Amino acid sequence: MPEPMLAIAGVNTHIGQYHILQGVDFEVPRGGLTMLLGRNGAGKTTCLRTIMGLWRASAGSIRVDGHDITRAATPDVAQLGVAYVPENMGIFAGLTVEENLRLAARAGEPDASRLEWIWRLFPAMKTFWHGLAGNLSGGQKQMLAIARAIVEPRRLLLVDEPTKGLAPAIIANMVEAFRELKRTDTTMLVVEQNFHFARSLGDTVAVMDSGRIVHTGRMDALAADAALQTRLLGLSLDAHQ
Amino acid sequence: MLFRLLSGDFPRSRALTVVLIAILAGLALAPFIFPGTRSLNVAAKVAVFVLLVASYDLLLGYTGIVSFAHTMFFGIGGYGVGIAMAKMGASWGALALGIFAALALSLAIALAIGLLSLRVRAIFFAMITLAVASFFQILASQMSPVTGGEDGLSFRLPELLRERLVAYYVVLGVALALFLALLRVVNSPFGRVLLAIRENEFRAEAIGYRLVNYRTVANCLAALGATVAGVLYAIWLRYTGPDTTLSFNIMIDILLMVVIGGMGTMYGAVLGATLFVVAQNYLQDLMKLASGSLEGLPLLPALLHPDRWLLWLGVLFILCVYYFPAGIVGRLRR
Repeated sequence: MPEPMLAIAGVNTHIGQYHILQGVDFEVPRGGLTMLLGRNGAGKTTCLRTIMGLWRASAGSIRVDGHDITRAATPDVAQLGVAYVPENMGIFAGLTVEENLRLAARAGEPDASRLEWIWRLFPAMKTFWHGLAGNLSGGQKQMLAIARAIVEPRRLLLVDEPTKGLAPAIIANMVEAFRELKRTDTTMLVVEQNFHFARSLGDTVAVMDSGRIVHTGRMDALAADAALQTRLLGLSLDAHQ
Repeated sequence: MLFRLLSGDFPRSRALTVVLIAILAGLALAPFIFPGTRSLNVAAKVAVFVLLVASYDLLLGYTGIVSFAHTMFFGIGGYGVGIAMAKMGASWGALALGIFAALALSLAIALAIGLLSLRVRAIFFAMITLAVASFFQILASQMSPVTGGEDGLSFRLPELLRERLVAYYVVLGVALALFLALLRVVNSPFGRVLLAIRENEFRAEAIGYRLVNYRTVANCLAALGATVAGVLYAIWLRYTGPDTTLSFNIMIDILLMVVIGGMGTMYGAVLGATLFVVAQNYLQDLMKLASGSLEGLPLLPALLHPDRWLLWLGVLFILCVYYFPAGIVGRLRR
């Protein structure tokens, strides 16, 4: 059995007086897309931020591709090849699309063929190449945030709610983009509230509740089990068909 | 050629281009078109303050760091030259040693402040720089045998620099060259990272940039810029003292010049410094003229009396900030 790309064991995270992650355990298999699901406030975003070192784990261990990053500083986690697309996208509004992407290229200059590939995935990035990122629409900003994360091949891509607030047409575009990313064998951990999006893309799934992982398994198995969905998430995918 | 000189950062506004060319032409030809010691003093001060304000904008406008130690580095430049020339005599060697010592000291202090305090929140960094700057101001006034205390130091320069025209063009040339160098810095990949840190430091960190390293380098570059400005000012005045370099009033003036010109735009430093220094020097004259011409009318001559120039300067700044919240450059580029 190959070593997982991400292995989280017994991770606890405190934010101020609040104990958010209470012993999180799960693994993200190499080359696949794992969906991290759960109700609002379950700790999904905190989990991603803890992996990135933006919140410090008070206990437990986090390993990426065999490297222990539990105590690593955020830039070190990024240097290891972990890219993070936060929920608020975190684009640099005062810089152009080009500058946003150049900043994310550790070599300083994005690879030309990689850039062509990104432009094919998100044509708007080419259209607004010299435009200010702050002037893009919500969907285009999300595309830029993802494009910035994949401007170089990464070991692991962490994406927080990529479809939040997006129009259905843009979500369809996102689904295509993630399918294309899956074909490149990029390992991804995606936090998502849109169950249809999650079902159409996820290979494996981890479900969180109250700071703990309450279920892990195949995405297709969860998608086929309406009772399990209701128990874990409080609603069934079928109810949203 | 022009593209390389300006690092591709053109003014991007016809009005701004005209104003910048007028300022540059005015400074370059000042000894010939504005005869008299006073106007040349104003022109030299504008050149020095353009460099001083541009180096501060690298911190405030481009990196989002509020520092109150900029006049300390300005003072270190001035005192470096002043002490070396006063103690070692008017030689080129003494001048070079003074400049080198000032730059080395500024670099060491900026590095130490940066590495020790740029990890903390912005407000604490501002307080630390305020404390260090106050310490230096007290040091300069207490160590009178070395610094001349409150009286400062008057000194002689090597013979070539005693010629006012030569000194003026040295000041202008060095200030212009370093301004262009700062323009290069902010338009380099390093400058882009600084902007990214200013906009969203957590995001910049998550991409893989070590904030403290970039902020410390920006702090060092700004400190070196201020030190050279201090050196130039001391060379021009042939004097250095607490009131001309270390005063907290100068720090406030620098902040106002950055805000009025436009934060995060190097050209804002040119406009802000020029407008401020010219207003500081000529507003009283203008008011004297206005007051004289309105003689006989009630209230107005008294209101425009030259003694009230600070009041009107204040009104001008309030109007500037109110009508140009993004600074003059921001307004002209809109």
